[in-house]
Amino acid sequence: MQITVKLFALMREKTGTDTILLDVPAGAALRQAVAMLVCQYPMLEPYIANTRFSLHMDFVDLGTILAEGDELALIPPVSGGA
Amino acid sequence: MFHVTTEPLSVQQVNDLVKRPTDGAVVTFDGIVRNNFDGRPVRYLEYEAYAAMAENKMAEIGAEVKQKFAIGEIAMVHRIGRLEIGESSIVIAVAAPHRHAAFEACAYAMDRVKAAVPVWKKEFFADGADHWVNQN
Repeated sequence: MQITVKLFALMREKTGTDTILLDVPAGAALRQAVAMLVCQYPMLEPYIANTRFSLHMDFVDLGTILAEGDELALIPPVSGGA
Repeated sequence: MFHVTTEPLSVQQVNDLVKRPTDGAVVTFDGIVRNNFDGRPVRYLEYEAYAAMAENKMAEIGAEVKQKFAIGEIAMVHRIGRLEIGESSIVIAVAAPHRHAAFEACAYAMDRVKAAVPVWKKEFFADGADHWVNQN
């Protein structure tokens, strides 16, 4: 199945894209998708330990099971406000 | 109102959104682009957001703040894109019957924004270098 991965800020710049279509096995957990993503985009590896993940606008953990068409966002440490 | 925008912010406009005749206090936080980072001169900033989620998270924080403090309305607007020194990056306004709740709620809301809202800041320094805050 296919999911969409959204990248922001430094990880967007390192990969040169803000959207990646990623093929993962049906029923894959988030952990597996992240491992596959890092395999294809090794430049992301140094940042993953400090990254949170979101699905449907909410933070989720690595055990979350993905569904076809999910939009997974990689959320690096936030620095909004002033 | 919880909003992400590329337009310049108006403190008065956000203030007016929360005012009600029953509230005797409005506390507004106006976040300003600073001209330095730990003393290193900054030329300008760029903010990037996961806008849809940022608006969702700000609304969640608004609901949480209303539960926690005796306040009336709360509004927050975050600006993204290129911002010059002295411009406002975020405005949070909280109205309440009495001032203490408004002060506390506004400070709490801002702390929550810093922790949970997906917005990122890139600093462009006077010496030509740049960096994403907290990401290296």
